[in-house]
Amino acid sequence: MTFSLDLFSNAIVSGILLGGFYCAIAVGITIVFGMLDIVNIAHPAFIMTGGFIAYFANTQFGIDPLAACAIAMIPAYYLGRLLYRFYNVAFEKRGEESLQGLAFFFGLLFIIEVALLLIFGVDYRFVEAPYIGPTIEIGFISIPWRLLIPLIVGLGLVLVIIAFLSRTFIGKAILAVSQDPLALRLVGGSPVKVKEVAFGLSIATAILAGALLIIIQPIEPSFGRDFIGRVFCITVLGGMTSLPGTIVASMILGVSESLTSTFLGPSWSPAIAFGLLLITLAVRPVGIFGR
Amino acid sequence: MTSPSITASGAKARASSSLGFPLILLICVVSSAVLYFGLSQLDSSYAFLAAYTVLQFVALATAWNILGGYAGYVNFGVAAFFATGVYTSVIIYKTVQWPLLVTIPVAAAAAGLLGLGMGYLTLRLRGVFFSIATLALAVVLNTIVVNWSFVGGSRGVYVMRPQEIILFSSYERYLFVVMLVLAIGSVLIARTIENSWLGRGLAALKDDEMAAECAGVPSLRMKLIATTISGALLGAAGAPFPFFVTYVDPPTAFSLSIAVNAIAMPLIGGTATWLGPVIGALLLGTFQQIATVTISSALNLLIVGVVLVIFITVAPNGIIGFVKDLREKRR
Amino acid sequence: MSNAPVLTSRGLTKRFGGFVALREIDFALASGERVGLIGPNGSGKSTFVNCLTGALQPEEGAVTFKGVDITRMAAWQRARLGLARSFQIPRPFRGLTVRENIEVPLAFVSGLSSQAELETRAEETLERVGLLAKSASSPKNLSQVELRKLELGRALAAQPEVLIADEAMAGLSDSEVDEILELLMQLNTKGIGIILIEHIMRAVMRFSQRVVVIVAGSKIADGDPQDVMQHPEVVRAYLGQ
Repeated sequence: MTFSLDLFSNAIVSGILLGGFYCAIAVGITIVFGMLDIVNIAHPAFIMTGGFIAYFANTQFGIDPLAACAIAMIPAYYLGRLLYRFYNVAFEKRGEESLQGLAFFFGLLFIIEVALLLIFGVDYRFVEAPYIGPTIEIGFISIPWRLLIPLIVGLGLVLVIIAFLSRTFIGKAILAVSQDPLALRLVGGSPVKVKEVAFGLSIATAILAGALLIIIQPIEPSFGRDFIGRVFCITVLGGMTSLPGTIVASMILGVSESLTSTFLGPSWSPAIAFGLLLITLAVRPVGIFGR
Repeated sequence: MTSPSITASGAKARASSSLGFPLILLICVVSSAVLYFGLSQLDSSYAFLAAYTVLQFVALATAWNILGGYAGYVNFGVAAFFATGVYTSVIIYKTVQWPLLVTIPVAAAAAGLLGLGMGYLTLRLRGVFFSIATLALAVVLNTIVVNWSFVGGSRGVYVMRPQEIILFSSYERYLFVVMLVLAIGSVLIARTIENSWLGRGLAALKDDEMAAECAGVPSLRMKLIATTISGALLGAAGAPFPFFVTYVDPPTAFSLSIAVNAIAMPLIGGTATWLGPVIGALLLGTFQQIATVTISSALNLLIVGVVLVIFITVAPNGIIGFVKDLREKRR
Repeated sequence: MSNAPVLTSRGLTKRFGGFVALREIDFALASGERVGLIGPNGSGKSTFVNCLTGALQPEEGAVTFKGVDITRMAAWQRARLGLARSFQIPRPFRGLTVRENIEVPLAFVSGLSSQAELETRAEETLERVGLLAKSASSPKNLSQVELRKLELGRALAAQPEVLIADEAMAGLSDSEVDEILELLMQLNTKGIGIILIEHIMRAVMRFSQRVVVIVAGSKIADGDPQDVMQHPEVVRAYLGQ
């Protein structure tokens, strides 16, 4: 009995830790897909790119993975803006975002994955940092630093974005566009410009999430595919536009996966996100925090 | 600018349909016979296997296009439907050992039901949710297969080809003919749908679902029919696969190549008519068969991805739309 | 007006979150009647139409058509019963030709299956709305007034008993407005009941046997066009704009 309680509490704790990391991978999708209706299914590929940036900087120059990706977030932001501008001209303006636009992101997802594969190969890659390895032990519960750091950074990232959206002018504009694209046009703003900034921001969060990912575990390029279901599951479950919803949904997914992997085996956990996603779509498509 | 070309082709397709189904069938039979004896002259089983792969892409691209091209609902889970066919075939092989020709309809039914179920759960919502769900579907089925040791789990499973097959000198040739029939069958089904009330309804709801409903089109029902047919044909194309490769494991059944090509081929060929996926599959399929000999398969896929992105950006109506545009400009 | 009502709504209420878009709307259209539906922008006219035709589901109340409760029916089922609409912003099927646009309701509502018959009937319909010359062109090449006619033609091809024309004349010139008005009058003489949602008061007054006013989600007036326009609340709502 004590054994299984031990197992159970540890599973819950690592689920919450995992949930913190999931906040970081999903927050970008909540912004661009949930709020602004840009279906960037290539998001996981940018997470993987972030992971490999961390790997490269760490192994080549010995830079801390988080620091490397924090710096990389800046060019990623501008690259994201550029990418959105292209997407807008090529697909949104022609009204072809539903078929061609979706296929474009799919193609991108795929090109990035294969490119990473050609550059870094199929081997598992990992980074070194002082916080990878040590564990905090509280009674029978163990909290590894390599999971605690992602929890702190992931939650921090969402809180910063919540503050950004509610405090800054451009942040408020993003919220306005998410509620009604016409409203902003009435006061003379440009929804395209707002979406561009939001998209840049979203790519930047993906890069940071990549650093968290490679801190948690070694990665290889095809890993990204496992995150597609997760990011969209979290955004949909969280009610599409709600950032607190994203946090709660991340925790739900993290804990469900952790329990599954503890009691059924880790090979089952990739299916959990999809199951949750499908149940949400079938039962309550507006999500737990949706109106 | 682009639309008149599509509709003109639609009108032409309907005009040619009045030529009659028997004529089309005759053309198919004659060209198949020419292909078969042409490959026989090469006298190598490799030629038949390469041709099988290309034809499999014709079948997959055509099947995908029934939902993706005609209705505008993007199915990212081609590999999931294909693998459903593959593993249905594996299960039958490991249990009742029915002949391939019986296995194919069963595999088609299984994949069709999967399509119906997926559609039922997600097609009421905006199209993008369906796409996202299909994207994750492959991951889930992959997970199930990996954990299911009866069908080989992650280690994979070996499949023995039957020793002899009547009428054919080798099993490769037999597989080739089976896939040829599946590919032609898929194309004929797609063509029939295109010219039927179903095709008309799908075309209407692709443009504007609410307006289509107000014109009496039962959009959910139409989408479910299309998803089921499309899924069934994808599954059918997967059924002979275990006998083709003789060793199946999750990475081959859920291969990235299949997922990407089945979407890239129709989009590159043109999604408006049945001819687009056929052209796309023949071009890209043949290119890849030649290219794998000289470059790595990863680089190969990278090229497909890049060509896909270039096409959807520059020529959103595919090769067919592009050629029609050129012709109209010259006029 | 002596005819039994063909289309009714009772206590129709529609909310978007906390916002009440429609508040307990009672409405009845007699068979073959011409009703004008007016109200300021955002007053709930389009929401009302969407609840009648099945694009939206009301939270409370009921809609009946030809004595059948259609409140929970899908839009396509209502279309097949004989309830047609045109859209405020024209929504043609852009991938189809003008004639093929008309063929969709002919095939799916009237149940025609032979291609020859579809073509003849589609061309008849196009002639009625004055679009026969554009039969083979793409909707992308149509002018604004032609798009409006295509909307009406598509609604007409469904052989409706009631037609709801949602701002069928917005953005048209005076002579074009007269053209569409003439067309609607003509349809009405064939026994089709018409609800006209319109901002152009001249058109509403000329067309309607009865006028209904919706302001802020509530019906505030319903009756003879001249009387309704004198109604103090209507005057206030319109002058207040």
